[in-house]
Amino acid sequence: MDFNRLLAIIKKEFIHVFRDKVSFGIIIAMPIIYSLVFGYAIKTEVDDIKLAVLDNDKSIESREYISSFETSKYFKITKYVNSLDEIEKLIDGNTVKAALVIDANYSENIQKNLKNGSLLIIDGSDPTVATTALQSGLLVSSFHNMNLNNAVDINEFGINTKVWYNPNLKSTNFILPGLLAIVMQNITILLTAFSLVREKEKGNLELLIVSPIKPIELILGKMIPYMLIGFFDLLLTLYFGLLYFNVKIAGSVFLLIGLGSIFVICSLAMGMLISTIAENQVQAMQMTILVLLPSILLSGFMFPLEAMPKFIQIIGHLVPATYLIEINRGIILKGNDISYLLKDTVILITFTIFLLGIAINKFHKTLD
Amino acid sequence: MNNIISLQKLRKTFGKFIAVDDINLNIEKGKIFGLLGPNGAGKSTTIRMIIGVLEPTSGTAIIDGKDVTKNPELIKKEIGYMSQKFSLYEDLTVLENLKFYASIYGVKTNERDERINQLIDMANLSSKKKTLVKHLSGGWKQRLALSCSLIHKPKILILDEPTAGVDPVSRRIFWKMIFELANQGISILVTTHYMDEAESCDEVAFIFDGKILVKDTPKNLIANENVNTLEDVFIKYVENKTGEKVSASFEKLKFLQAGEENGF
Repeated sequence: MDFNRLLAIIKKEFIHVFRDKVSFGIIIAMPIIYSLVFGYAIKTEVDDIKLAVLDNDKSIESREYISSFETSKYFKITKYVNSLDEIEKLIDGNTVKAALVIDANYSENIQKNLKNGSLLIIDGSDPTVATTALQSGLLVSSFHNMNLNNAVDINEFGINTKVWYNPNLKSTNFILPGLLAIVMQNITILLTAFSLVREKEKGNLELLIVSPIKPIELILGKMIPYMLIGFFDLLLTLYFGLLYFNVKIAGSVFLLIGLGSIFVICSLAMGMLISTIAENQVQAMQMTILVLLPSILLSGFMFPLEAMPKFIQIIGHLVPATYLIEINRGIILKGNDISYLLKDTVILITFTIFLLGIAINKFHKTLD
Repeated sequence: MNNIISLQKLRKTFGKFIAVDDINLNIEKGKIFGLLGPNGAGKSTTIRMIIGVLEPTSGTAIIDGKDVTKNPELIKKEIGYMSQKFSLYEDLTVLENLKFYASIYGVKTNERDERINQLIDMANLSSKKKTLVKHLSGGWKQRLALSCSLIHKPKILILDEPTAGVDPVSRRIFWKMIFELANQGISILVTTHYMDEAESCDEVAFIFDGKILVKDTPKNLIANENVNTLEDVFIKYVENKTGEKVSASFEKLKFLQAGEENGF
């Protein structure tokens, strides 16, 4: 192997990437934008549900009840109304997600120890919001009820709960470790998928085949730049995705980076495979989408694999990203060391070797 | 032996299709040799076997005394190749393209810069050194592609339709460079569809249906066939082979006139 030839290919590959505004944008902007957008936007927990209040009683008791809604962080009272018609308009117009209607006999009912007769109307069109509204509404009401009855121990039933690893059940803690894998994969596959097919399409490859360059020099020359870029983006996502959102890394950062690097190589192999199979850039684009979509939807990045039908789960387990997402969550949230991640790591390495083998083999054949 | 290229019973088949049919061909050192023939005759396939991209089904190609299939690496260093597509990197500058090919061919750094300067002078590219190739016009690109194919001091220059789609002035400049290179002792194998270019070759061969029909100097060919130009020779050979007149088919297109007669 000739080191100068290898260096020439690497240099050329970097020039391609840095002179192309779109590629450069993908490298720099994608990790940052993805981290910020996903970090802020994907929230499965809901608070500050907009609430309208119709107080037909207007008593001290009813006001206390309303204020217990207000002080819970689940609801935010945005409107006081005077009729049910108004509530209908507000919910139809998406101005509020729920409405509390207090019966005219509320204070009387309470004093007589009857059902208080108030009503919580919930907009069910978004199940996530509705479920939260329903549960928090019941919770707020029963706490309020216990306070009224001077119950000393609100936890009378006696069960103690403790949530491990993500005590606040923050969904950013769940999403961002997965995002790390998805960003690295998307960027590496996108860039490599086009790198070879572009040369094929423009006739550059023919000239390289005519030259004394050896296949291994060309393969390595094409892989090394994108490996470095993938590694750079790993660090970038690590910073924006985790540090910025205050996600603490419970385990070893080096293990996280080490296993992440293996995954970069795995993605690289997938990209190269696409590049050798595709005959032109349009085909490469189509194949890339075909690969990226399942790896976002079926890898457990957003939706838990456990909830999917068996058959879909099998497909999910054929996606390499699935394993890195498991690994990342293990390291970042649970502080797992390698002994807990052995199975995922072995599968990931197997995928990498397998895909790399096919890709290099196919690449060789393209050059012959 | 004074042959730089020697093809012996060279054959290439793709499935049942015979692209190149047991060709024998000797090309002398230091000459400009033109390989002529219609599209699909087997020109490019032959060339691709000579440069070592395609493996022959049977037969041998000897380049500079070495068998292509046995010493592909040695031969690759002796050949400069320029294809119809020019194969330059559009997002690299003129200088970067030259440097890239220099490194690929293992040209040493101390020799490299001197050669690049000479090639840039030859191609008259000194004002464009730092221009991205995508901003160059066809003629400039073509001259740069030629420069790139010469960077490693090849003994043979192989040009596959180098002037396709280039304006007449650029073609003229390009051929001046080719003559100059031939004068300096480089052997040149060129395919072309332009008959004026073919007439400038020292020797030409007609290839048709994967076979070489004739090989001679342009002068002899014109004299032997008793016609005025090489183009006439070319058409005569194709007509003989296919048994059809090249111009005859137009008379069959009666519908083109039919409209007027019917008063449309």
